[in-house]
Amino acid sequence: MNKDTLFKWLTALLAFIILLLGIGILVKLLISSRLSFDVFGFKFIFSREWDPVQRLFGALPFIWGTFVSATLALIIALPISIGIAIFLSELAPIWMRQPVSFIIELLAAIPSVIYGLWGLFVLAPVMQQWVEPLLGKYLGFLPFFKGYPLGVGMLTGGIIIAIMIIPTISSISREVLSAVPQHQKEAALSIGMTRWEAIWRVMLPYGRSGIAGAIILGYGRALGETMAITMVIGNTPSISVSLFDPAYTIASVIANEFTEATDELYISSLIELGLILFFITFTLNVIARFMLWRMKRFEEVR
Amino acid sequence: MMQYTRRKLVQKVMFSFSVASAFIGISVLFLILGYVIYKGVWGINIDFFTKLPTPVGVAGGGMVNALIGSFYLVGLASLFSIPIGILIGVYLSEFGRGPFASAVRFISESLTGIPSIVMGIFAYSVVVIPMGRFSALAGTFALSLLMLPIIVKSTEELLKMVPNDLREASLALGIPRRKTIIRIVLSTAKSGIITGIMLAIARVGGEAAPLLFTAFGNSYINWRPDQPIASLPVQLYVYAISPYEDWHQKAWAVALVLMGIVLITNIVARLYARKK
Repeated sequence: MNKDTLFKWLTALLAFIILLLGIGILVKLLISSRLSFDVFGFKFIFSREWDPVQRLFGALPFIWGTFVSATLALIIALPISIGIAIFLSELAPIWMRQPVSFIIELLAAIPSVIYGLWGLFVLAPVMQQWVEPLLGKYLGFLPFFKGYPLGVGMLTGGIIIAIMIIPTISSISREVLSAVPQHQKEAALSIGMTRWEAIWRVMLPYGRSGIAGAIILGYGRALGETMAITMVIGNTPSISVSLFDPAYTIASVIANEFTEATDELYISSLIELGLILFFITFTLNVIARFMLWRMKRFEEVR
Repeated sequence: MMQYTRRKLVQKVMFSFSVASAFIGISVLFLILGYVIYKGVWGINIDFFTKLPTPVGVAGGGMVNALIGSFYLVGLASLFSIPIGILIGVYLSEFGRGPFASAVRFISESLTGIPSIVMGIFAYSVVVIPMGRFSALAGTFALSLLMLPIIVKSTEELLKMVPNDLREASLALGIPRRKTIIRIVLSTAKSGIITGIMLAIARVGGEAAPLLFTAFGNSYINWRPDQPIASLPVQLYVYAISPYEDWHQKAWAVALVLMGIVLITNIVARLYARKK
């Protein structure tokens, strides 16, 4: 065989590793969680019990905690991220754009454990002493802000994750906004829109597919976030409407209990939780990539 | 139509919010950086880089086990994933047409979004269980899984930016395809690929989640791949959630060193890319 063909096949063979990995992860998780699935079936997802001593395992509190903390993070991060994207693509003077986006993107580089450390020793006490009592005092009539301010809990967890996903959403949204053709903006301004209206009614809708992709990507990252949230969410498998209460996420329970789990059913249940997380994040990623890809293709066609 | 003054007011409010958002983003970064430096700097001394950790309550000691462990794990993971990642990137950019390449591209992109803790579970079940114990090898495997798709993606994108004229010119001179790729295409994109690699290293260097139940931890220096090994992120986590005040102090020092290494790698990589 000629050496060029050999080289091509060598690279193709290595590329095959990626396929094997993708399939391997799925298959391995399926096999390892088999025991738990055989014992609990689909009840696993809907059961609230998590009692390793009695060997009862249910995923609901973790699924709840994962989705609520990620959704909360998204609610906090979204307006700020879009605000940053608008600032960087429309408002900031040209000389300021690169350094500011450089700094914002540094937020994504800080390791998760350091967010956790800061959240645990700086943010949580601030939340406990100042923010949560204030929220309780003025918004305490809402079920979300009832209960005793502990500092660690859903709200603190949501804020920490929000900080972590801001760079993801803002940098993609900024790129999307910058990709909106100039004539769209000029047309909007020429019919008498204000600059804000041009952004809000023309540019953002024009890039909606890309921004939706950015949001889903950020949401996926929020769902899978592990170390930081483990350190500040309080790690209590309960389902509560109040954001002051401690909660537990899928990733956190795996991080906390995996090395302690000696019982086979226990480990298998934790792995099934991992499988659920895998499915959720994988699906979200596929959707996000599709949205961003559609945006790009739309660009090319135009 | 709303009154013009009112529309102007809406604009003003929204623009102020936008400026405020940028301000919030920047200040949160500096708040975290500043606090880690302020709390951590007191724990940094020669001992930190040369001594083993002391038991609870005993003053002094260092983190040399975790420092060596982190470099060991990331170094070994780089050894596997850099060459393989670059070659897969070459395949996708230079030969990758058709359904097989699309499938590889799709899986690779999807892998970057899988939470690192899930990679940890996978590494646990394929390395730790057969070996019967936690090991540096398992940690390396988990980190490689995280690095590989990042390097594949950045290599592919950079190679695609190399103009086709270069390839054609080289092939027209009678240089074989593989040499064209290695000598011309890869070396043209070299600086970008290096940036991608450094970003991947900075990314996995701060990961604790996939190491918790693969590399586990170790109070001593370990060089053997089949034994558990310490790492800065895991050590930081263990110290932070411990109930001991002096461990909390040490956690901040670990955080400062870890943050320093990760951020400097990240910044150097991005400045280097920008200059080119």
